[in-house]
Amino acid sequence: MSKPVNEQNGFALSPEGAARVDKLIAQYPTKASALMPCIWVIMDEHGFVSEDGITYLTGKLDVTRARVHEVLSFYTMFRTEPQAEYTLQVCHNISCHIMGARPIIAHLEKRLGVRLGETTPDGKFAIEGVECLGACGLGPCLQLGKHLYEHLTPARIDELLESLRKGVVPRADTDRELQGKGEAS
Amino acid sequence: MTRSDYNILSSRFGRSDGHLLSVYQAEGGYKALRMALTMKPEEIRDVVKESGLRGRGGAGFPTGVKWGFVPQGSEEVYFFVNADESEPGTFKDRFCLDYDPHQTLEGTIISCFAVQAKLAFIYIRGEFGWLVDRCQAAVDEAYAAGFLGKNILGSGFDLDVIVHKGAGAYICGEETGLINSVVGVKGQPSIKPPFPAVSGFLGKPTIVNNVESVASVPWIINNGAEAYRKFGTEKSCGTKLWSVSGPVKNPGVYEVPLGIPFQEFFHEYLGGMVEGEELKAVIVGGSSVPVLPAAEIMSCNLDYESLQNAGTMLGSGGMIIIPKSSDMVELIQVLMHFYFDESCGQCTPCREGTGWLHKIVKKLRRGEGTADDIELLGHVCNGMAGLTICPLSDAAVMPMRSFIDKFRPEFEALIQETAPAEPVSRWPRGEQE
Repeated sequence: MSKPVNEQNGFALSPEGAARVDKLIAQYPTKASALMPCIWVIMDEHGFVSEDGITYLTGKLDVTRARVHEVLSFYTMFRTEPQAEYTLQVCHNISCHIMGARPIIAHLEKRLGVRLGETTPDGKFAIEGVECLGACGLGPCLQLGKHLYEHLTPARIDELLESLRKGVVPRADTDRELQGKGEAS
Repeated sequence: MTRSDYNILSSRFGRSDGHLLSVYQAEGGYKALRMALTMKPEEIRDVVKESGLRGRGGAGFPTGVKWGFVPQGSEEVYFFVNADESEPGTFKDRFCLDYDPHQTLEGTIISCFAVQAKLAFIYIRGEFGWLVDRCQAAVDEAYAAGFLGKNILGSGFDLDVIVHKGAGAYICGEETGLINSVVGVKGQPSIKPPFPAVSGFLGKPTIVNNVESVASVPWIINNGAEAYRKFGTEKSCGTKLWSVSGPVKNPGVYEVPLGIPFQEFFHEYLGGMVEGEELKAVIVGGSSVPVLPAAEIMSCNLDYESLQNAGTMLGSGGMIIIPKSSDMVELIQVLMHFYFDESCGQCTPCREGTGWLHKIVKKLRRGEGTADDIELLGHVCNGMAGLTICPLSDAAVMPMRSFIDKFRPEFEALIQETAPAEPVSRWPRGEQE
């Protein structure tokens, strides 16, 4: 809450993002009900919602700052601070735990040299423990943005990290073709 | 999936082309919608009521009866498809939407017609970002084909569908939390009554149904209530998707008729345990239901009534298989962390109770527990059960109590006989995470 509310400090969405926001406002029954999807638009472009992003939302949706703050803070996937380039979120709930989530987390900690909940000094990787990701019979699993990696082994973690270090997000188990035939898992 | 003897819901599971409208239509898709649009809404409600279809999200409430709660003549009705699948152990709805999104979509359109809703939301949990794209693609195809939008197939019925992405909150799977989430406030549950069917989204009648329930509707319309009732038992009708996790030979999602003996399901479908493991216990309906030791589950049938008689619940059908090698106190610590993390915080018994349960279990596991701590866990549970706006509090209490009841020696083994004989405080000391 450090900046005055009228100071936008150059916050901007791409033309596509701004168009998405306008489309959402037209589509949802009330402006306020478009709050979550509009936050997602900002999350998708910036990775987090800054104070200036909140100002933008209050102006677009006629909602108070307090309301945007309470929604942002309620959901674990919304962030208000810049994030690591790759945040690896490992499920540590019961099914993945039974199938070996702990050794996977330990392996990640060893490879990255940081503990669960920390970010590497170069800001490239963060490891987080998260609750059930809905891949219980396919665990252990981890999520990286929209990508869900299942049936994890230490070897698979090594491949994933090696690829990410080169800036390539490898194909995930849940990456799907939207129109044509995709590979079934 | 190793067997497909039953395919009301799962005929396209695992296929690479089942998500396409052309494939769905070639296999009879959207035939039920054409038929439904020639019926009266009350006729559809009656067919679904007679089919005995019960809510597959966990509560098991009859779907057709729920639809009947919308006040007659309501002008503005909303419909929500609950795809916030977050109950640990549950991963069936994602299979429905991933491999066969049009089946759920057709069910949604028919259901909306039955309750005369003009706007539906498919609320997908934020962690299923890839599934949001997949469903949006299916919705776009349906609009282009005239199954959504104005005057659907010339019937005069209008419907819009919005795919809404959640953002990581277990509690939004509770129907009033889900509605509030779309309103644009915190996704905290509201007290009932009023029930959403009377006053829900924006104060208007709102029906919230689970994906699997909605996906069952087209088959019921095509084949009739009587045909659906041929599967299952007298009170647990139809087929059910079970999502199975843990060290069995074939974990995955299975469609079987309700009432199948667990023993048969375990051996013939799941292939038993992997080499070197033995079955210790099963949490049969998602992490919130009481655990049953192997000996007890082996004599159960998998339907609502048998499982209730055995002291547990069918819940979401998220079956968690626990092997001999698992430490039950460690597992309950994992679960209590989950409920503590996900409590929305508005009711004191849940906000405080879930934290206490987690702290006390951790204290036991550190070897600092006393015999009183096991009793204290029970006291805390008594102060939580049935006392809150929504069932999250009970959802923590049910596994906690049952883990102690069924596996008490494992808790007692953690109590050091040499523990200091200081007077035991009723208030657990604060500790770091």
